Amino acid sequence: MASKSRDTETQINKEPISIGRIIMYIVLLLGAVVMIFPFYWMITGAFKTWTEVNLMPPTLFPENPFNIENFVYAFKTAPFAKYFLNSVLALLGCIVTCSFTTILAAFAFSRLRFPGREFIFSLLLSLMMVPYEMIIITNYRTIVTWKLHNTIWALILPFMSSIFYTYILKGFFDSVPDSLYQAAKVDGCSDWKYLWRVMVPMAKSSLATIILLNSIATWNSFLWPMIATNSKDVRTLPFGLYAFMTEGGQRNERMMAAATIVVLPMIIVFLFARKYIISGMSRGGIKG
Amino acid sequence: MMKRPFYERIKPLLYLLPFIISVAVFTLYPIVNVIRMSFLEGYKYLTGTYTGVGFDNYRKVFADPYFRQALGNTFKYVLIVVPISTAIAVVLANLLNQKIKFQAFFQTAYFLPMVTSSLAVGLAWRFMFNDKVGILNYLLSLFGVDPVNWLGQSAGNFRAVVVFGIWSILPNTIILLLSGLQNIDPMYYTAAKVDGAKTLRIFFRITVPLLAPTIMLVIIINSINTFKMYHELFPLFSGPGVAYNLFTVVYYIYYEFRVLTPPKYGLAAAAAVMLLITVFAFTMLQRAVQAWARKERGEDGKQVKRHRDANK
Repeated sequence: MASKSRDTETQINKEPISIGRIIMYIVLLLGAVVMIFPFYWMITGAFKTWTEVNLMPPTLFPENPFNIENFVYAFKTAPFAKYFLNSVLALLGCIVTCSFTTILAAFAFSRLRFPGREFIFSLLLSLMMVPYEMIIITNYRTIVTWKLHNTIWALILPFMSSIFYTYILKGFFDSVPDSLYQAAKVDGCSDWKYLWRVMVPMAKSSLATIILLNSIATWNSFLWPMIATNSKDVRTLPFGLYAFMTEGGQRNERMMAAATIVVLPMIIVFLFARKYIISGMSRGGIKG
Repeated sequence: MMKRPFYERIKPLLYLLPFIISVAVFTLYPIVNVIRMSFLEGYKYLTGTYTGVGFDNYRKVFADPYFRQALGNTFKYVLIVVPISTAIAVVLANLLNQKIKFQAFFQTAYFLPMVTSSLAVGLAWRFMFNDKVGILNYLLSLFGVDPVNWLGQSAGNFRAVVVFGIWSILPNTIILLLSGLQNIDPMYYTAAKVDGAKTLRIFFRITVPLLAPTIMLVIIINSINTFKMYHELFPLFSGPGVAYNLFTVVYYIYYEFRVLTPPKYGLAAAAAVMLLITVFAFTMLQRAVQAWARKERGEDGKQVKRHRDANK
């Protein structure tokens, strides 16, 4: 049935080039230009000189596309290398801890039997609607009370679990036929072994989605690091960029260079893992 | 013999322990704590002392000119950004859903903003909004429009954050609508084509009505998201606008507990509880619409099945 409807679909779209289709492509292209232009402007701006940036009318291309002066300036005046390292550490910390708690919890909610399982899970799901901005007030106090506000742990601890990721992974675990689990049990396979040897390898693509969404959220997270840390030593890239802007003058070309450093890794990740990311995002996986 | 059943019984708990502890400390406790704090009068966080229990914080929040301003700004922002972004997204999602060439290019262009730091991109917008050398004012001048003082003037500030806000929310909106479009049975289009219906007619007579539940859903989800706007204020103005005139509800919360010294946790908590109530109301609405959408789709499914049976 599915293949039949796809056939009819291709038939429809094999129409000759019409004015309608040309208009369609023009609108799509216009939209694409609007969406991508800020990135273009950021990256080209990073290679422009101060004089070029202040030209009116603005120029579309930097005069010298190999002018890395602004990047050199950014790395020299602010510890962007250190920020980068902090971002990577926070990212790894969040991914490892959160994936671990998520895998265990998703397995328990999907396979293990205990009283109130469905009730607890639906309670957790309803917690997902609580605005993060509300939670942040107490979490800030918790981190300060534990004297962690100037350590990298401040950036990891509050994100060690995610109800949303658990929900995604549980969804996948639920789709694995129960007979597989029963068969493994008959063969004397323990739950622990079954989870790590059978379930986790099977859930590769769900796990990839979770890890990608988590990476994007952690890498771009800016307000929590700004709220929870105030030492330069534990700043991550976005907060470092913000500090660079508020502390170090407002020269546009330099800010664009610093912004490019923040954005580039995620652009590269997106180019390679576009499909996973888009399918994950379409489940509504947006974290502040 | 006795030990094994006991282990079997507590095993789920062991699997859940890391997750539950983390959720309890960093999600559950904060919610309870904020609700509690919002009712404590003269509360001191360090000592944990308070002078009374009541609605004092709520009274103070409502009397606060910054909060009133925040409410006004937030509602204005939601009412402008949500309809415009939804309308644009419906058109673009519909086009992206066609069989098009350069799919990879368009997907990259439209969805890239979802993975990039909103702060970094906000700085690029700040550069584009520049009053004197920004490209936006240059483009406007090509059309004979007077330059807008986007960053330096309070009226311009609001326009700037609206433009940036619409741009930021588009990718997410398009993705949600695309998944709705993919649920529409292609039969409808085939039938319309056979009847010789024109593209625009198909769009307004078939796509929009069938997409209505998704559009409703998107409007609600976007209302929740835009209601929580405050990220955008940091890259553009490093604060609530040049004249402290762009407070939003969430910025107000942030301001009370993190910018002010000493922080006013009570006011922040009261405002946060009101935010929760608002989001809760919207979420209930969303659930109702989702149930309705499922019902619609269920009926559609039946209809389609009837069609298919007839084909046999």
